[in-house]
Amino acid sequence: MSVRVGIVLFPGSNRDIDAVNALRVGGAEPEILWHESVDLAGVAGILIPGGFAYGDYLRAGVIARFSPVMRAVADFAERGGPVLGICNGFQVLAEARLVPGALLRNRGLRFVCRQVTLLPEHLDSPFTREIGERRPLRMPIAHGEGCYYADEATLDELERDGGVLWRYANPDGSVAGPDDPGNPNGSLRGIAGVRNAAGNVAGLMPHPETAVEAILGSDDGLGIIRSLVVSAAEWQQTGQITGTRPAPQAAIAGGAA
Amino acid sequence: MSELARAYRFAVNVTPKPGILDPQGKAVERSLPHLGIAGVSGVRVGRRVEMSVAATDEAAAREIVDRLAGDLLSNPLMERFEVEALGEAEASAVTGLGG
Repeated sequence: MSVRVGIVLFPGSNRDIDAVNALRVGGAEPEILWHESVDLAGVAGILIPGGFAYGDYLRAGVIARFSPVMRAVADFAERGGPVLGICNGFQVLAEARLVPGALLRNRGLRFVCRQVTLLPEHLDSPFTREIGERRPLRMPIAHGEGCYYADEATLDELERDGGVLWRYANPDGSVAGPDDPGNPNGSLRGIAGVRNAAGNVAGLMPHPETAVEAILGSDDGLGIIRSLVVSAAEWQQTGQITGTRPAPQAAIAGGAA
Repeated sequence: MSELARAYRFAVNVTPKPGILDPQGKAVERSLPHLGIAGVSGVRVGRRVEMSVAATDEAAAREIVDRLAGDLLSNPLMERFEVEALGEAEASAVTGLGG
């Protein structure tokens, strides 16, 4: 029997069906979790999909933060279960303070919808373990508020503790700083996705769930979805997840091309 | 009349924290030459939220506003807020008072 992974559905979520497809391709059984319910239906992992939860009124993700299901998600995360937020799901997790930092309006002010290149880091984490070798990953973005921001001390701490899992890359393979062509939104230090200190909650702005089959233009996102599925299965079986203690800095250097 | 029949009007002004890039403010600045305006800088775009709060007195109402301003209306990582007291609200303008 395959592992069950929940997909949180808010009014305004619009990538939930993509998430259903991605989880099936990734070998899991998807379970829709309604925003007004605190019942997680016994799932072993949670994916918060993209969209515009509650219309993104006030600030992207903030109204969703106070929904009943997010109380249950916070409790699930506290117990060590794997939670991945994608795009608006990342914004919801950031507003809920379940991952560090904030997502500001894109530096260019425009909503940006295009393919980007990501460089994964810490390939032993619950959300990168199935990627394999460190290589550039192509997948789409579609957002207006994706400029990752945290103060300098927090950024230093994140990098030191292995909290940065994905960065935007330039065409030449280098990390894309805020003003570089490979950086679509001005994210500080090219950060596209982070995880929490415990390591079991992560968010990213790009959409791995719409890049899981060659027919979609790229299957580079499948490794991330598979990682969530494998971590969910491990958590179900053992009550813990390998790699939920942040990797030491040496792991980053060792993974550099 | 319930004992909460008094209501107070507040405004919460939310602005980007100093040092945080404000692309909206920059866009406003860049548009000013088209209006023939020079010498304007440091434009920061925020939002203003006004509300009426029913409470036993103004201090109690203020407490409610401070809480919702910090928890919901602003994100302390990127924004700061100021609460402005606008005085007692007209009872007829207040909903939810059982009037």
